[in-house]
Parts: sequence; C-alpha cells; structure tokens
Amino acid sequence: MKFACVCQSGLGTSFMVQMNIQSILEEAGVNIDDFELEHMDVGSATSDAADYFFVESTLVSALPNIPEEKIIPLNSIIDKEIAREGVYKVLDENGIEHQ
Amino acid sequence: MNGFLNFVVSVTTTPALLVGLIAMLGLILQKKAATVVIQGSIKTFAGFLVLTGGAGILVTSLNPFATMFQHVFNAKGVVPSNEAVVALALVKYGTPAALIMIVGFIVNVLLARFTRFKYIFLTGQAMLYVSTMAAVVLISAGLGNGWLTILLGGIFEGTLLTVTPALTQRYMRKITGNDGVAMGHTGNMGYALSGWLGEKFGNRNPEKSTEKLNIPKSLGFLRDSTVSISLVMMVVYIILALIAGPHFVESAALSAGTNYIVYAITQAGTFAAGFVVVLQGVRMILSEIIPAFQGIAKKLVPNSKPALDVPIVFPYAPNAVLIGFFVSFVVGIVSMLIMLGLGTTVIIPGVVGIFFCGGAAGVYGNAFGGVRGAIIGSIANGLVLAWGPLLILPALGSFGANAASTFADSDYIVSGGLLGVMGKAGSATLIIFILAFLVVVLITSALLNRRDKLNAK
Repeated sequence: MKFACVCQSGLGTSFMVQMNIQSILEEAGVNIDDFELEHMDVGSATSDAADYFFVESTLVSALPNIPEEKIIPLNSIIDKEIAREGVYKVLDENGIEHQ
Repeated sequence: MNGFLNFVVSVTTTPALLVGLIAMLGLILQKKAATVVIQGSIKTFAGFLVLTGGAGILVTSLNPFATMFQHVFNAKGVVPSNEAVVALALVKYGTPAALIMIVGFIVNVLLARFTRFKYIFLTGQAMLYVSTMAAVVLISAGLGNGWLTILLGGIFEGTLLTVTPALTQRYMRKITGNDGVAMGHTGNMGYALSGWLGEKFGNRNPEKSTEKLNIPKSLGFLRDSTVSISLVMMVVYIILALIAGPHFVESAALSAGTNYIVYAITQAGTFAAGFVVVLQGVRMILSEIIPAFQGIAKKLVPNSKPALDVPIVFPYAPNAVLIGFFVSFVVGIVSMLIMLGLGTTVIIPGVVGIFFCGGAAGVYGNAFGGVRGAIIGSIANGLVLAWGPLLILPALGSFGANAASTFADSDYIVSGGLLGVMGKAGSATLIIFILAFLVVVLITSALLNRRDKLNAK
C-alpha cells in the first residue's frame, strides 16, 4: 500500500508528515515492508501516484483530480495524533490489524 | 600513489558523490540494513545529478529572459528564487556547501544543548540553501574553498538557524496556541517584523481577525506552485516579448523563427519545468540525510523544540495567507516599476518566495493585529522581499553578477547582505564578524537565563 504526503512544494512539511507516519506505522506493529511512503508537491500528485494522500485540509481544494476517498485531510499538519487517526482509519478500512 | 590521491580528491570535490557518502554515513549510523544503505546512498547521489540537470533547464529559460530584458529596459532583470539560485550555485559550490551543512548541523545541536535556544532546525532545504549561500559569499570574499570557509560557514549557518526561530516564538505561541513547535524557515526576520508591526498598529479585537472574512475558496488552485509559477512567468514573459517585438525575439540568437508569443510561453513553461526538476532533486538529496539528523538531535538534546517549515502556520489562518500573498505581490510589482524608473537592477517579483514569505507574514501580522495588522505587516515584509535582493547581489560576487536569479527570503537577504559588507572590508573583518555573532548569541543566552533566575526569586 502506498501513502503519499503532499504539501505545496513537497519539501519540508510533507516530509515531516511522512516521518510521522513512518513512526506511527512502526508503533502500530504492522509489517512496514507492506507500506511505501513518499512525499511530493501538489503539482506532482496524480491519482495513480499513491493509494492514499495525506494532505493538510486547506490544500484539498488544490487537488481536484484526486478522488475524495483517497484523500486523508489533516486539520493540523504538526499534530502526530491527527495523522495517527488518519492512518488507523486507513488500516481499519483495509482490514489490517494494528495495535 | 598520485593516482590514488587524485581519486580521493576527485571524490570529495564531486558534490554528487560527496552527498551520497554523507547519506551513506547517516544510514550506517542509524544501523539500517545493507540494502537500505545502498538504496539510500544511490538515490541521494542520483538526486544531486537530477538537481544539476534541473539547474540546466532553468538556465535555458533564464538566459533568453535576461537577453530580452536587457534589450527592452537597458537594465538587468533578476528573478528571486531560492530554488533556482541554489541549483545554479550548487553546480560550482556543491562540495563546500554540503560540508558546511554538516558543520552547521553540529553547531545547531551544540547550541541547542548548551544554550536556552532549544530549537533544532529541521527544514532540510533551508539548511541546504543557507549553506550554499554561505559558501558563495565566503568564497567570493576570498576565504578560499578549504576548511576555513567550511568551518566559518558552518558556524554561521548553525548559529543563524538556532536563533532565528527565537525571533518569532512569541507569535508562534499565539498562532498555534502552544510552545511546542517553532518556525524553521528563512523568513523569520520578516515574520517577526510583521508580527511586531501587527501588534503595534493592528486591531486586537478578535472580531477583526482575517479569519472572520469571507474569501472565495476558488483561489486554492494558486497553491499549486507549478501552476502559479507558469502563470506569473507567462504574463511577465509575454509582456516582455510584446515590448521587445517579433523582430528581436524571432532573431537567430533567440527563437530562431518560432513565433515570439509561442516562444515566450514555452520559455515560461520551461522555467516551471526546471523548478519541478530541481524540487525533485532536493527532495531526493534530503530524504536520507534529514532523518539521520533528526534521530541524532533527538538523542542528544532533551527538551528540544523542532523548528519546522513555513506552511505549518498556514492552516491557522488561511485567509491571512491569501491577503499576505496579494499584498506582497502588489508591493513587488510597484517596487519593480520604481526600480525601472530609477535604472537600478530590476527585481521581478518571485512568485514562490512571495507566496510562502508573504503568506506567512500575513499570518504573523494577523496574530495580534487582525486584518489591519496582516496588511501592515505584509506591506513591510513585502518591501523587504522587493528591495532586499538588491542588497544581497553584490555579496554573491562574480556569481551574483552573472546569475539571472537570486535569493528571496528575508533571512538570506539580511544575513547574506551583512556578510557581503563585512567581506568587502577584508577577510579578517568577516572572520571576526562571524565569531562575534556566535559570541553575542552565547552571551544573550546567558544574560536571559540570569534574568529568568532573578525573576524566579
């Protein structure tokens, strides 16, 4: 399963979210090798680039071509707990067991 | 033996290999598996080559731009874009820049560990850009590209990036509602100015906040940098082509027969394309290095606060971001027209710098000053963004004189400009200045700690 973290220029913020998600997955006790993480800018984010897109909520309107069910909006980009809720939601949807 | 020596020297002076080795070291220090180490080092190595390739694309678009601008206005037109100028500079100054970044990180960790400035700067691209700027300025000032430049550049970069988050922390507490994160971006001086002016001259009434306004959500597409860069560059390029006229543009030296408007549009698109490639390269270089930095810093500095990239404040006041962007853009256009009148080098508003720095200045101005604060703060910050690049150009020496691009954000402008002035006065002055900067930071920390202790009693 592939997660993409998206921010405006795809450098700092999206990378921080990616590192957060990495540690969330490790803490959740899932098999890390099943997941691929990447960060990118708004312009590079196409709907086939990943299975789920973690995006800061005000940036969702800049991604009209990505189906809504693939987007996980984050109300606060710095809050790891909000990212955790999003990751767990995805894991539950896909029937992946986690802690 | 000579062959071996040549090999070692060649490796360390080939920046692509050097950053690959740095990434490899970081991955080994994190005890990663062999496959991960190989994958990560090769991606970093290739990433650097992607970046230099992107620099080439940018040059093919900026050169005709400079030629046309020179012909039309008889003045030099410069686009401030950190990504563009860094990509160009890294081709020549990659090795000292990469080594400065490492020394700077060590300085950052030490200062955060032993002073009251607990900020660990984690915005990788800003670290890389400040290191590159330091390399260009110090080498232009005659310090050579050996250990002296690397050490002093590292002290400068590390100290600057440890203290600038402190300037805006008062406003960060107000914006985010907690003291846990700091602003790790290179516009902190401008943001502090905006926050301060907003507080002084704005309106504290919470009902006057920018977030009480209704701003159309349809402007969201402008946050796609590829789109906004292309649009702005197209407008600028087409106007330039119209004034220069088909005769000049379709000559052999430029479009060689292609219709001048088509040529202008393609060149604008090429600039955006180069930008995308450079971003990809920067992303690949930093992906392996920053987690290593972060892991090391976390272990060594208890109670540290991460200083993070500028968009972290955008969700707290999205309207203020758009107000800040538009105000700064207008200030940039007006300033450009004044520069044309004055006959100086002309700074063309750089849309990316204006979006990030202008938008954030709006958020900081709004923090204590509402709509009025956001506008006043953005005007002040916009003036810094519009006129500041003129100050830093001389500091970049022969590189600055030839490049059609320059640094954009306030901290590059102020600190790079100061370094340049000191460099002009001689390399001894420059060395003393950088060491004095470090000492002032240490003394300030000690004095503030003492004051807090006395207050506690």
